[in-house]
Amino acid sequence: MSATGIGAAVRRKEDFRFVTGKGQYTDDISRPGEVRAVFVRSPHAHAKIRRVDTKAAAAMPGVLAVLTGAELAADKVGNLICGWMIHSKDGSPMKMAPHPAIAHGKACYVGDPVAVVVAETLAQARDAAEKVTVDYEVLPAVTDPAKAQGGPQIHEVAPKNTIYQWHLGDAAKTDAAIRAASRVARLDLVNNRLVPNAMEPRVAIGDYDAGSDSFTLWNTTQNPHVARLVISAFVGMAPEHKLRVIAPDVGGGFGSKIFIYPEEVVCLWASRRVGRPVKWTAERSEAFLADAHGRDHATHAEMAFDADGRITGLKVKTIANLGGYMSTFSSSVPTYLYGTLLSGQYDIPNIYCEVDAVYTNTVPVDAYRGAGRPEATFVVERLVEVGARQMGVDPADLRKKNFIKSFPHQTPVIMTYDAGDYLASLKKAMELADVKGFGRRKRESARHGKLRGLGYSTYIEACGIAPSQAVGSLGAGVGLWESAEVRVNPTGSVEILTGCHQHGQGHETTFAQVVAERLGIPIENVSVVHGDTDKVQFGMGTYGSRSGAVGISAIVKALDKVEAKAKKVAAHMLEASERDIEFKNGKFTVAGTDKSAAWGDVALNAYIAHKFSGQELEPGLKEGAFYDPTNFTFPAGCHICEVEVDAETGDTEIVGWTAVDDFGTVINPMIVEGQVHGGVAQGVGQALLEGAVYDKDGQLVSGSFMDYTLPRAEHLPSLKVGTTVTKCPSNPLGIKGCGEAGAIAAPAAVINAITDAIGSEDVSMPATPQVVWAALRKARPRQAAE
Amino acid sequence: MRAAPPFETRAARAPQGEAAGTGTDLEDAMYAFTYHRPTTVRQAANLLAKNGDAKLLAGGHSLIPVMKLRLANPPVLIDLSQVEGLKGIEIKGRSIVVGAMTPHAEVATSQVVRDNLAALAAVPASIGDPHVRNVGTLGGSIANNDPNADYPAACLGLGATVVTNKRKIAADDFFKGLFETALEPDEIITKVSFPLVSKAAYQKFKHPASGFALVGVFVSKRGSNIRVAVTGAGQNGVFRVTEFEEALKKRFSPKSLEGLSVKPDGMNSDIHAGADYRAHLVGVLARRAVAAATGRS
Repeated sequence: MSATGIGAAVRRKEDFRFVTGKGQYTDDISRPGEVRAVFVRSPHAHAKIRRVDTKAAAAMPGVLAVLTGAELAADKVGNLICGWMIHSKDGSPMKMAPHPAIAHGKACYVGDPVAVVVAETLAQARDAAEKVTVDYEVLPAVTDPAKAQGGPQIHEVAPKNTIYQWHLGDAAKTDAAIRAASRVARLDLVNNRLVPNAMEPRVAIGDYDAGSDSFTLWNTTQNPHVARLVISAFVGMAPEHKLRVIAPDVGGGFGSKIFIYPEEVVCLWASRRVGRPVKWTAERSEAFLADAHGRDHATHAEMAFDADGRITGLKVKTIANLGGYMSTFSSSVPTYLYGTLLSGQYDIPNIYCEVDAVYTNTVPVDAYRGAGRPEATFVVERLVEVGARQMGVDPADLRKKNFIKSFPHQTPVIMTYDAGDYLASLKKAMELADVKGFGRRKRESARHGKLRGLGYSTYIEACGIAPSQAVGSLGAGVGLWESAEVRVNPTGSVEILTGCHQHGQGHETTFAQVVAERLGIPIENVSVVHGDTDKVQFGMGTYGSRSGAVGISAIVKALDKVEAKAKKVAAHMLEASERDIEFKNGKFTVAGTDKSAAWGDVALNAYIAHKFSGQELEPGLKEGAFYDPTNFTFPAGCHICEVEVDAETGDTEIVGWTAVDDFGTVINPMIVEGQVHGGVAQGVGQALLEGAVYDKDGQLVSGSFMDYTLPRAEHLPSLKVGTTVTKCPSNPLGIKGCGEAGAIAAPAAVINAITDAIGSEDVSMPATPQVVWAALRKARPRQAAE
Repeated sequence: MRAAPPFETRAARAPQGEAAGTGTDLEDAMYAFTYHRPTTVRQAANLLAKNGDAKLLAGGHSLIPVMKLRLANPPVLIDLSQVEGLKGIEIKGRSIVVGAMTPHAEVATSQVVRDNLAALAAVPASIGDPHVRNVGTLGGSIANNDPNADYPAACLGLGATVVTNKRKIAADDFFKGLFETALEPDEIITKVSFPLVSKAAYQKFKHPASGFALVGVFVSKRGSNIRVAVTGAGQNGVFRVTEFEEALKKRFSPKSLEGLSVKPDGMNSDIHAGADYRAHLVGVLARRAVAAATGRS
């Protein structure tokens, strides 16, 4: 391993500009003549829009336009779409309601845009926005997924607010397994709704150039090419070659910036209408109401065990809340990213999963860090823990007994796990966490009036999203390959163009590490270009822990081609047969001789083309590749959480956290550890702190940081992080992916620890002090009472 | 150091007709207002008397956010930061006197306060983060009388005296309810006098999101004078628990409070804590405060 190659903890190249304030985020960009957009949003969760009066607003100083859904429709701007078709079990297609970028006729959630004001300055736009008067007929609203199917109908196309009734697995066999079981663990679970809250709020600048009749969109997006495709092909704003999308530095996304949102469409459209660049910058309060939320499942699940403690069946019924409209990838999250992971790390012969997706009068719900897999892990890992407690067996032993031990393993829910060693990560985690000493620590806590608990989460996820043919057969509207281009300059430095997009992941470092090692050049000589549809031909963006497993694999494939071409050039330079050329540590040598040529010389010769005829060999050194994976990757591991609960107040402190993950080959262990830390923090946030709360009228009560609790440093102990490695057999470097693991593993570990501590399973997320206190009071009324 | 000259300007927005983009987004967020920066209490009081809807700026950590959200629209702001004589901490007889514009961090780290009334230092130390503590002030906090603020508990729990440009007001008479005080429209707090006590402690259960007091209990003992003041819990803001005080008069020990609690009626209830939970926490935190005050925690 070189100092900067694969496996080295290289400091992040991009951090210098971030920590010195030199990052270039969308809001840092100002276009000449730029004007500002402010949206008027529905204050009602469900209302008919009788009339929007824009006259007073239009007369305000500095106002260029006040636009409504009526103008949007008149200009034939197309609707936003959900790009993944899910069919119900009766074969009918999902019920996708029209989603105009500005609501027309009806508002479906608090925050639904009903008008936009474009003015010279932000202050003028804000002042004018207050003058827009909307005549609403308020309708009854429904926000709770469990009540949606009996609630007021939101969209004409979806009776009972039901988008689809999907299922996976074998119902009859699973029912039989449950009937025959010696023990069945049953749980009703709510996977709480989360507000993503990336550090950088969303921003869009639409810039129409009348001279070329083309658009540029600067946008805080995780996938600029898909944004261009949707805005072109479905919204119909402009043909793809007339629309350039630039995603500059983006300050976090966690999924929420994958999607194509109304505001970016409106900025483009408004720019054409007013003939000026139009910028919109979300405020934090606005982001709570305008960024897709995550999770929000209501689930009943049953796990069957035989007398030996083997899991014989798992039956899951989930109602998934998709909010007021179907966001870009919303339909796939509670189905193929959820039901397919319900086997966990276990050899479960029978699984049946039913998912009803519903509309409610809430912010649309879509993928959020982990996307479906945290929900699946929470179901499986809570049930295993409860099963162990009911049978009186050690939860680690029960897991060991049921682990999948040979690979490849075909689950009953589509996935073929290719490699893993679940026992190894469990054992290593138990050692690091000193599980043996837990009894002593528990007694020590008891002496201080604290209840101590320990919880496991042995999770699995499917990453490296995804084989195009496979996802196509499951309803995806796109392929999920990745592209790369390796451009070698005449002096030997290299630019890597990737269709991935970084918004915190450190691609500029890790991708460069792979290239530097392969070509034997200093890492400083490699730069990574991404986030601009005019520079990178096409790509599928970054989410689902795909950039390493898919994006880097594409780079490796392009590097193979570059090396092959460079060898041809070297053969001419060294007057040897191409077959005899060897390439190692940045040097081309002729086998069995002392003749050699350095990387830089070969690069130069490729471009000056003095040593070979152009008929024989094309000048230049630039290769591209598209890599389409053959399987998902399956990162897995074991997280162990130890908590102390204050028996009097219900306050939970996480006093120990151990994470042992198998991510396959690790490019940069420092970055991977950072991803684990961040993921665990977000998972702990879901388990203990975060929850979007709607009142009965559909108002988001937890609409600011005064009421929505984000994890802080004080909520986390020092994490013990370890890895085990089984390489992924399906991609060239054996990478599995690490971005979501912590957020997937953590919630179950926390809740398993709390329920262990207090001796009650009746703990919902977020397990705030009040929730835990109430559970304690119910479980042992005397201690918790005054 | 010379005081800054009186200062008046029209703030918060570039004048109309100026080029776009001259103001920052934060400035653009607020409605326009007139800004005054007097240097004496008299000037400030005159400005306040002249401008009925004016607001005093004394740190601004409650006021500025609601202005940025356009939930408040004061036409006039009177910034007290340059007013002479409103800052500082001193011992006067058997009291610690803190200037109204003294920032939280100064009280929290003051050696005088720590040596003589450590429980008082603990109150501002528990507020917000370093940014807030270095700008937020004692006077700003109690004049706002947020039902979840910390300082009202210290004032009431110590039996402090609030001194204004007009009079002295006992803490028992000062806090009148939700965001309401005894202050008259043109009255400005200049300092607060905290009596030294033999035993005192503050116990705070933080609101998980905001860091304000979900429930905070301040207890003190000065001879037979026992005070138990609760913030965060009551629908009408800070209040005393006489039942606890009576019990502690017999013996100042956490044991005296065992089995005692307040009723959920009149407690705040929200998504973070229902009335019954808040009532429960009052009992728990009062016991813990007495334990801490008597060196048992």
